[in-house]
Amino acid sequence: MILKYLIEKEFKQMARDPFILFIVIALPVLVMLVFPWATTMEIKNVNVAVVDNDRSDLSRLLTEKIASTEYFDITGVFMRSDEALEQVEFGDADIILEVPYGFEQDLLSEGSSSLLIEANAVNGTKASLGTSYLDVIVLDFTEEVNLERGAVTLTAPGGIAVDSYYWFNPTMDYKIPMIPALIMLVVALITGFLPAMNIVGEKEAGTIEQINVTPVPKITFIVGKLIPYWVIGVIVLSVGMVVAWLLYGLRPEGSVLLLYGLSLLFIFGLSGLGLIISNYSSTMQQAMFMIFFIIIVFILMCGIFTPISSMPEWARAISLFDPFTYFAEIMRMIYLKGSTFRDILPYVYPLLAFFVVIIGWAVLSYKKRG
Amino acid sequence: MYSVEADNLIKRYGSSEALRGVSFRVSEGEIFGIIGPDGAGKTSIFRILTTLILPDGGSARVLGLDVVQDYHGIRRRVGYMPGRFSLYQDLSVEENLRFFATLFGTTIEENYDLVKDIYSYLEPFRKRKAGALSGGMKQKLALSCALIHKPDVLFLDEPTTGVDPVSRKEFWTMLRRLREQGLSIVVSTPYMDEATLCDRIALIRKGIFLDTDTPADIISKFTLPLLAVSGPHMPSLLRDIRLIPQVFSCFAFGDTHHVVMRPGELSLEAQINFLNTALHAKGHSGLSIKPIRPNVEDCYMYLDTLEEHS
Repeated sequence: MILKYLIEKEFKQMARDPFILFIVIALPVLVMLVFPWATTMEIKNVNVAVVDNDRSDLSRLLTEKIASTEYFDITGVFMRSDEALEQVEFGDADIILEVPYGFEQDLLSEGSSSLLIEANAVNGTKASLGTSYLDVIVLDFTEEVNLERGAVTLTAPGGIAVDSYYWFNPTMDYKIPMIPALIMLVVALITGFLPAMNIVGEKEAGTIEQINVTPVPKITFIVGKLIPYWVIGVIVLSVGMVVAWLLYGLRPEGSVLLLYGLSLLFIFGLSGLGLIISNYSSTMQQAMFMIFFIIIVFILMCGIFTPISSMPEWARAISLFDPFTYFAEIMRMIYLKGSTFRDILPYVYPLLAFFVVIIGWAVLSYKKRG
Repeated sequence: MYSVEADNLIKRYGSSEALRGVSFRVSEGEIFGIIGPDGAGKTSIFRILTTLILPDGGSARVLGLDVVQDYHGIRRRVGYMPGRFSLYQDLSVEENLRFFATLFGTTIEENYDLVKDIYSYLEPFRKRKAGALSGGMKQKLALSCALIHKPDVLFLDEPTTGVDPVSRKEFWTMLRRLREQGLSIVVSTPYMDEATLCDRIALIRKGIFLDTDTPADIISKFTLPLLAVSGPHMPSLLRDIRLIPQVFSCFAFGDTHHVVMRPGELSLEAQINFLNTALHAKGHSGLSIKPIRPNVEDCYMYLDTLEEHS
């Protein structure tokens, strides 16, 4: 009865705050609309400055072949390498391709030659991916030249042909794995931030004094705070999923029910974390900075932008305590692989532990007396 | 049995001592006033008695229950109205009242007779949000919310601060009516004129009670002659009176200055003559000096000055 009224009161307050309504609907839509495009790892329109010391038919052909792909734009063909370097310095070019003197002759007479690729590594992703794309094009080009010469086997000694197939995302569209992760992010942002502002808001308004002199048990009070945020979280999750389906045609391969069920652990855990911060803070500003800091750490360590396997040992240890790591994996597995409960069980246990610890802490850290 | 018993309460915030040993008793059906300026420690007393903070020393019992051990029992049976308006501003009048009734496991209907006098003022605005009420209305709503669970003791921390004079008068009428129903009320106020409306009062200064008694007895203990002085130039008059060495204390009270002379052999007449002569010498004329009966504020100021000198 008391719990029902506590929850009812929270909902009334939320309903009267147009900002919350806006956040719950607009934020997931906005995130799904913009971020899948922004977080793509695909590299396009890399600017290439060519230094052509050979001035031969083949060097011109190679330049044209590079320019004809959608990945590269040729910013100019230069006589001297320092001119090309200047282009990089001014930011006009990302990669320099230097063709040495005698390139055509070597390739035609010996079937091989050398090229120099230099990349501006200020943007590491662009440099490494651009360089490897360029490698592939050059290799392809060499093979074509050799084919014309009739010397087939030179570039593929041993004759090993490699074919790749990208499971669960055949076109290797970077948006696909990002979408479930982004849905998780927007759920986490809202269900983390709003509760963090809540109790401390009651402290600032003084209403907590009135609550504290009532006989309401701590656990009832905290649960009364958590349930409304779980409902909000479910709404955000649903909005995110609907937008993902309408905009990108992406639907969970696995059980939607399972997804909602596990989101309960995640959302309760995060809202609990928000409440803990709220309990320890004495101003909204403090709470805001604290939750901001924690969520940033969670996002950066959870492996949705950079794979955890390539992190150093200590960073991997941190990511073990990051609930985002597990829920992102669960979201991706259910969404892309159609995994069942049994498949994701290893990720459910840590999430369950997170849930139990946080809720316990949230109840204990709520002090009814100073 | 006493409704409230406090023994030697001590509360520190860091290095500053808010309460330095406060003791008092409140009988059943009594209005007990704690009178003193801001920062004297009034709120700390309330927060200890309503189990919101723990005392650093001493002990207190409310309705026979210890504030440290039996805080659960106390919370069920006391009503508290904090100094700052602390109801939900975004909930309506009715929603606030219903909410607090529910938290105490009761309903508005069940205890309506207790609040109906007060709530009748609010009834026309019951759909209005609490944040949109006037100061006097907010205070009536807060009192209703503190009463809705039929408490045995009511703690009111500066309930009339920032409230217009008419609402203040109404409020005290309500308190006296509640007392008639057997409620014990502990109330604090910085307004000395409200002190006489209490059954007993404690004068608090810097965490210590200067005196605890009925308002009449506190006044009767003030035996020195009290003079009201007024003239054409009140500000300079105040300054000049204070410069006279024989003057013990002088404070501005509305349109007169209240003066207490240092105790000596001078009779009342002689004091008046002495003051008149001394002030004439400083260029003041057209003065009116006459003896008056002291009020609670005079007593407070006198005790305050005594404490200051010691």
